[in-house]
Amino acid sequence: MTLYTCLFYVLAVAIVTTTGIAITQRNLVHAVIYLVFSFFGSALLFYLLGAPLLAALEVIVYAGAIMVLFLFIIMMVKMESIEERMPPLGQWLPAVLCGILYLALGAVVVYTAPGSEFPLQTAMATPVELGKYLFQRHWLSIEIVSLLLLVAIIGALHLGKRKETGGTEEP
Amino acid sequence: MRIVPFGHVLLLAGLLFVMGAFCAVTRRNLVMIVLGVEIMLNAAGIAFVGSALRWGQLEGQACVFFILAVAATEVAVGLAMIVFAYRKTGSFDPAGYNQLK
Repeated sequence: MTLYTCLFYVLAVAIVTTTGIAITQRNLVHAVIYLVFSFFGSALLFYLLGAPLLAALEVIVYAGAIMVLFLFIIMMVKMESIEERMPPLGQWLPAVLCGILYLALGAVVVYTAPGSEFPLQTAMATPVELGKYLFQRHWLSIEIVSLLLLVAIIGALHLGKRKETGGTEEP
Repeated sequence: MRIVPFGHVLLLAGLLFVMGAFCAVTRRNLVMIVLGVEIMLNAAGIAFVGSALRWGQLEGQACVFFILAVAATEVAVGLAMIVFAYRKTGSFDPAGYNQLK
């Protein structure tokens, strides 16, 4: 039981707890704030598992950009005043049962897999290594992703634009 | 220094993935559905980073990089579509989008 083992379990409990609170919140702003904590925990976990560049990106992109975008949308359309209809028990009980079933099956598969009892050793891929690897081996994918982001910007702008003319204008 | 067996990382990722799927399936609010998809993508990233450490390959970390980019794209377009649908129907309930009837 090394220090890293304790750190992993504490982080795992923190991530699962904050995510569990987030997905059961009625208040959307609270849910997003809890998810920010969950993503901070994931970033620490990435660092623990030897990916410092990804930890920084997780904080910047997930906990920073994406969650702030959610907050922005929630506050822009005044979603706090909207009452959410909670689904009846018969609808979310199958989801819970399927989830528990798949988790149990996954646990069995993971624990019976060969080599699953050896602990992971700490290692660290420095940001320089990962950056060089990405731009040497995956340069085409990087270009495709940048094109995807450009298309997303144009699509979001087009969807968000208010049309001045047209019969289906919103009130 | 030893951390934990690889199976524990996979179990954590699986638990998070199931929680995200549960959120996406049962909630009646489009924003919570997109949040559930984000949780699922994050869980996949944890599994990728764990396996990158397990086999000592950088390929897993490169995959997480692309998952981050795709998640950012998905949330930008998804939220724009939610705002668009809200302007059309005035509701965030996916059951309210029945204009084709």
